[in-house]
Amino acid sequence: MFLKHTTAEVADRKALTVNPAKTCQPVGAMYASLGIHGCLPHSHGSQGCCAYHRSSLTRHYKEPVMAGTSSFTEGSSVFGGQGNLVQALNNMFTVYKPDVVAVHSTCLSETIGDDLGQIVKKAIDEGKVPEGKTVVYASTPSYIGSHVTGFANMCAGMAKQLAEVPAEDAAPLDQVNILPGWVEPSDMREIKRIMKTMGVPFVMYPDTSDVLDAPMTGHHEFYPKGGATIEEIKSSGLSKATLALGAWGSEAAAQELWKKCRVPYETLDLPIGIKATDRFLSKLSEITGTPVPESLTAERGRALDMITDMQNYLYGKRVALWGDPDQLLALSEFLADIDMKPVYIVSGTPGKKFMKKMEGILGDVVPEAKFKNGERADMFLMHQWIKEEGVDLLMGNSYGKYISRDDDIPFVRMGFPIYDRVGHSYFPTVGYMGAIRILEKMLGVIMDKQDRDAPEEKFELVM
Amino acid sequence: MRKIAIYGKGGIGKSTTTQNTVAGLAEMGKKVMVVGCDPKADSTRLLLGGLAQKTVLDTLREEGEDVELEDIVKEGYGKTLCTESGGPEPGVGCAGRGIITSINLLEQLGAYESDDIDFAFYDVLGDVVCGGFAMPIREGKAEEIYIVVSGEMMAMYAANNICKGIVKYADAGGVRLGGLICNSRMVDNEKEMIEELAKKLGTQMLHFVPRDNMVQRAEINRKTVIDFEPTHNQADEYRTLAKKMAENTMLVIPSPLEIEELEKLLVDFGIAS
Repeated sequence: MFLKHTTAEVADRKALTVNPAKTCQPVGAMYASLGIHGCLPHSHGSQGCCAYHRSSLTRHYKEPVMAGTSSFTEGSSVFGGQGNLVQALNNMFTVYKPDVVAVHSTCLSETIGDDLGQIVKKAIDEGKVPEGKTVVYASTPSYIGSHVTGFANMCAGMAKQLAEVPAEDAAPLDQVNILPGWVEPSDMREIKRIMKTMGVPFVMYPDTSDVLDAPMTGHHEFYPKGGATIEEIKSSGLSKATLALGAWGSEAAAQELWKKCRVPYETLDLPIGIKATDRFLSKLSEITGTPVPESLTAERGRALDMITDMQNYLYGKRVALWGDPDQLLALSEFLADIDMKPVYIVSGTPGKKFMKKMEGILGDVVPEAKFKNGERADMFLMHQWIKEEGVDLLMGNSYGKYISRDDDIPFVRMGFPIYDRVGHSYFPTVGYMGAIRILEKMLGVIMDKQDRDAPEEKFELVM
Repeated sequence: MRKIAIYGKGGIGKSTTTQNTVAGLAEMGKKVMVVGCDPKADSTRLLLGGLAQKTVLDTLREEGEDVELEDIVKEGYGKTLCTESGGPEPGVGCAGRGIITSINLLEQLGAYESDDIDFAFYDVLGDVVCGGFAMPIREGKAEEIYIVVSGEMMAMYAANNICKGIVKYADAGGVRLGGLICNSRMVDNEKEMIEELAKKLGTQMLHFVPRDNMVQRAEINRKTVIDFEPTHNQADEYRTLAKKMAENTMLVIPSPLEIEELEKLLVDFGIAS
């Protein structure tokens, strides 16, 4: 009974956050960096930061995550981290030979005012970045936003610093930019499959498939074969359009592509669930003139069939959700569409439009829903709401397991981080096939509980 | 839009000079925005007729991220747009980070996006003592710097130090030195000495502002000289400075002096001679 002291009475808190539903900016920046081919992420700060961010990612993806650090000492904090970073870039390119180093800052280097752009320029001028190699960077202080902000900032850095500006009267390339947002390697693989099935030429970055879900081959690859190449990222400036999936994760990069290269963009929800996937495919169809192929329509049909078949197990089930805004918005819409009731939703990631969008999704269909994001929208608040009136299902990262155990609530792991189960790296939750996977996971835990609790005369073989 | 940062030793008269010059520019019909980067938040006092300003950081602290541009930008003399970064009380927190935070916030809120702004001024506290105080001269921020200086040794020493900061950022970005503004302290040979310093730094003395009590009188009345006594000689000095600044095209990467060289300058021109 880890959380037995949680009470149902919600007190208005001004300053205290208990069990936050978010983590540090650099975790997201590091994850985004790994979506570039041959990239070594680099943490500009003290060693402890880097160790924590690497271990967060390693525990979730069950893959080694390599990264450099500027190893700040008391001296670097006083005199600035320029010397350390220039030296580090030299060491990394000499010893580990990456194609790209993606540098993100930390709280300390941000606070002392280190300017990554200026330092990287200095390293280039001093010849510390070999010919043909690339350095990208992003400012990621953890006291602003969350891990999602860090992811978005690094993606925006890639777009701003690498995308090529098209010639004055050049026609755009016949390709679409896909900014997938912070989703699993399996989801990135699935988005690429959907794009190939649609037959639409595209560039996608970051792309962590074949980096953080790389196959065991018997020998260690320091830089696995996956990841968007520098050439691909450069060409995104010449594309005819950008689809930014998830406003929090991808819109910043889409805006940079618009500002720098005049590539028009649309921001869509992550394609989680039926409607959001419909919107993604329709938008693709609309901007490319390609019809949605039969095979994808059939996947949609199978997802709908499953929803219809299992309707009696889903209807009216109260669900509590936590995690990141892009996932939560799409997932809440999906749950409401299949007659479930997403009643409690929290996200530690700030952004005013979250409340407005959630209100739009749930206002009419689940008027009793409580949702909140930002500083004090934490796991404690959600648990208090659950104590007030219970739920039938929990969906979120591994931190929900304490609530699940204490209050005996079925629990589906989704989002970041998942430290205590596997599968998320291999099975997508995006697209129609992803919807089927979400349904399977939810129905599995709901029906397991029903079986466990059924009196003998109600214990059914066929459900 | 020209983005200009004003630096100089503490107490040299940066805020006073900036606001009086801004008044001159406003009088010429220019649209000017002033961003005060001093925790004391007194960079816009003369334009606003008092310290009526709620600072960016106070607003951020009290209202969280729901800050609106109207909350932090006030209109002052001659339709100037005034905003104060603010910062912690003396002895606590991190004023440097405060400047980074508030300039980022102003950018996010689109404070600089208005098409009709001709000049944006950053009035920065004292010396470039840390990374935060260099924020206004990072790439994409201020492109032109003017250093307020006088013939006193320490003011010249600070000006030389600031030039070192400019060199560092000029390598990476587009920041350039526009010139020295001599705010006279009635030191012997002051004008000639600052002209020589400017020459050695590779820049110019943009204007020599004579010392006049009218500046103090206007300040006590919370006004710029142009606003308080428009016909006074000193008002014309600031008008001239404003005009020179508006027309200035001499933008250089300075060559800072060695300390011995700086001391020699004082020996050759200064009181010691």
